Amino acid sequence: MADKVLMKGNEAIAEAAIRAGCRHYFGYPITPQTEIAAYMAKRMPKIGGTFLQAESEIAAINMVYGAASAGKRAMTSSSSPGISLKGEGISYMAGSDLPGLIVNVQRGGPGLGGIQPSQSDYFQSTRGGGHGDYHLIVLAPASVQEMADMTVKAFDLADKYRMPVMLLADGTMGQMMEPVSLDLSIAEAPEKPWATTGTKLARPHNIVNSLSLVPEELEKLNNARYEKYEIVKQNEVMYEEYMMDDAEICVVAFGIAARVSKNAVVAARKNGVKVGLIRPITLWPFPADVIAKAADKAKRFISVELSMGQMIEDVRLAVNGKAPVELCYRVGGMIPTPEQVLEAIENGGAKS
Amino acid sequence: MEFKRVTLLAGHYGSGKTNIAVNLAMLLRQKRERVAIADLDIVNPYFRTKDSQYDLEQAGIRFICSEYANSNVDIPALPQTLYAITDDRELSCILDVGGDDRGALALGRLAPGLLEENDFEMLFVVNFYRPLTSTADDALEVLREIEIAGHLPFTGIVNNSNLGDETTPDVVLRTADRTQELCGKCGLPLRLTTVNRPLVPALRDKIPNLIGLDLQAKIR
Repeated sequence: MADKVLMKGNEAIAEAAIRAGCRHYFGYPITPQTEIAAYMAKRMPKIGGTFLQAESEIAAINMVYGAASAGKRAMTSSSSPGISLKGEGISYMAGSDLPGLIVNVQRGGPGLGGIQPSQSDYFQSTRGGGHGDYHLIVLAPASVQEMADMTVKAFDLADKYRMPVMLLADGTMGQMMEPVSLDLSIAEAPEKPWATTGTKLARPHNIVNSLSLVPEELEKLNNARYEKYEIVKQNEVMYEEYMMDDAEICVVAFGIAARVSKNAVVAARKNGVKVGLIRPITLWPFPADVIAKAADKAKRFISVELSMGQMIEDVRLAVNGKAPVELCYRVGGMIPTPEQVLEAIENGGAKS
Repeated sequence: MEFKRVTLLAGHYGSGKTNIAVNLAMLLRQKRERVAIADLDIVNPYFRTKDSQYDLEQAGIRFICSEYANSNVDIPALPQTLYAITDDRELSCILDVGGDDRGALALGRLAPGLLEENDFEMLFVVNFYRPLTSTADDALEVLREIEIAGHLPFTGIVNNSNLGDETTPDVVLRTADRTQELCGKCGLPLRLTTVNRPLVPALRDKIPNLIGLDLQAKIR
């Protein structure tokens, strides 16, 4: 415990990114993630890094594109409306096979919405978010410690698969303070022979580009990218199972909703209800196999979300009709209480 | 604890200012009839004194805050009732200042009046388990930045070092050296050490000027 510090989730992301070797942060302020930028503004100049407040979110994501092209670990962060603005740049990064970290500390929407927590960017994150056929790896931390751990993991995965990774948090996760160990396991960033670092007249030009005007070529690129996605699906699924061994009711929830749900599961167990929790840590790739396996035993599923019901579609696909899947939710910046989730577990059908 | 007419709490964001401000206002109300607490935080709309407004007003404490506080409207506007702090010298006040130098900017409007009257105490709240104030030197840097931005000098230190739920008496005691070092470097007295109330019995005999805090929980 001696090595722990007390951090906000947003700060934990920033510090972990620095420790993971990120020296290039580009952003534009928006509540509830501004502490990431504030922390970077303070720290980056002291360690020879770059903090740049761009003129817009669109500029910031394109700066990430540039730094990533040069082989550097780079990141940006924003909250829901700002992520929509970054959509084009994210798609370009995916189309150019560039690694990079995009943090979304979600707030209630749509539109400008509010500043309180939300999980309603699930579709946007897990389906790509911008135009074209692509995926992001989407990580969903559920504690301040995981905010730090998943940030390091995000950079590793981005470099390993040459694709953008999104850390999908929410206003609560960003603002809450918890003790954190910064004793993170940091792997060396791999060599990037594809990066545009200057040929020194010793090799052919490296080209980083998403433009491909010959349809046969573009089709090949898309197919190759989806072969890579299959490998990601095979190797990188992460989830937590809690009290699932004998569970007849299975709650599925991620992030802050999973913390609330865990309390409800504990309370229901005290009442003798056989209920467990599956917490997806990667939202893409989604832990469909473990949910499908749970559906062999569980009689009922409940998706707990801070949205009108988005992840529930992936849960239903995984359950594949073997059991009913219900929704328990709050939106607009509201958070379900453990009592609300308990009610859904014990009596079913409880919604907002 | 003896109070000046105005007690200001400033420091790094997330150091615990708001929670201490609410607790000190409750203490002050036991000693004085007319007490106000002012939320001057124009930086972070997420955690606010206003979350405790009901409890404070039940205790007969006047509440001064931006009308935008907790409306989720992100407007750095100060309340007009702020002037009561300097104009009404029969009113005893606790001021919850926003985090860092940016938060202290709001003090500029009050500084001339407070300096002229000279009946204030400006306390620097520090949690040495916060990563950007983990050493005496780092804390001193934040302290100086706040003084420059707020146009007011600090008069004392509050050690609020904690690790949230994982705070033990030892966690608090381990920051004694750094607190001493900070006090030495800035020439200010250690005015208070604040801990979560359940920790008070274990620390009472080991730390002078110890105050137990009730945690204000934000549940919505």
